[in-house]
Amino acid sequence: MAPLAPRSGDAVFANVERVNAELFTLTYGAIVRQLLTDLEEVEEVNKQLDQMGYNIGIRLIDEFLAKSNVSRCVDFKETADVIAKVGLKMFLGVTASVTNWDVDGTSCSLVLEDNPLVDFVELPDTCQGLYYCNILSGVIRGALEMVSMKTEVTWVRDMLRGDDAYELRLKLLKQVPEEYPYKDDE
Amino acid sequence: MAAAIYSLFIINKSGGLIFYKDYGSTGRMDTNDSLRLASLWHSMHAISQQLSPTVGCSGIELLQADTFDLHCFQSLTGTKFFVVCEPGTQHMENLLKLIYELYTDYVLKNPFYEMEMPIRCELFDINLSQATQKDRVALLGR
Repeated sequence: MAPLAPRSGDAVFANVERVNAELFTLTYGAIVRQLLTDLEEVEEVNKQLDQMGYNIGIRLIDEFLAKSNVSRCVDFKETADVIAKVGLKMFLGVTASVTNWDVDGTSCSLVLEDNPLVDFVELPDTCQGLYYCNILSGVIRGALEMVSMKTEVTWVRDMLRGDDAYELRLKLLKQVPEEYPYKDDE
Repeated sequence: MAAAIYSLFIINKSGGLIFYKDYGSTGRMDTNDSLRLASLWHSMHAISQQLSPTVGCSGIELLQADTFDLHCFQSLTGTKFFVVCEPGTQHMENLLKLIYELYTDYVLKNPFYEMEMPIRCELFDINLSQATQKDRVALLGR
């Protein structure tokens, strides 16, 4: 059987079930508000959002692989492209651009012009340290960990904090392929 | 040709058996045997990647014996789905891909399912039974 060709972000997005965008934005907003009420500390909320995102990401990756038929990425550059063009499109309906590669090709930026999580949102003065979309960084980190890449994902620019776009810095820490207890030298 | 699936196994990335379904009366195994077989297959699959003369080999996809065929699919996340069936059964790769999709839907999206643990999801069982019915499998060839 010939392997199925990988589908473009648009093709996959057209085929998945969609949900009302307002419901999505309101649900996410409710989660963040509740976390702020329960945890009170902005740093704690950031951490919790990242953890929630991680738990989503570890499950979402198989969904992504099953529906989009992407094959194993050759290098980290390809991984970043696939996340930006297919992954984000499939789950958020938006694409990102990949920029600012460092010399070794292990670190890049994903710039999102549009972000459905933050429709209608303004951060009050009391929540200035909050990374409202921190769930996204957790999702990407969790998903990549399940395909043997340990990464660090942080927000560089955040429109809710006054910047002009949403920029995520994606850094590959290490590739950890499956360890099998069959070493030749032992 | 009627599809005759003998059994289906799903192994997590560490080699532990998380799902086993038996469709025929011959070769029915008890829990311990199925666990042992799953670990064996996990190891053989890993060894085959090391032994393979081709670069970037991703492990055994098909094992053909006199009395059965074994088709194996490994996702990029390390979860393996393999089915033991009658020799010459068609469309098993498509079936495995379909089972992978059922896994991502009814198992992974169940918030009460713990990752890497044995699968105890009724919806998965129901949908799986539908997918493995003989007439459904024949349609997978389209």
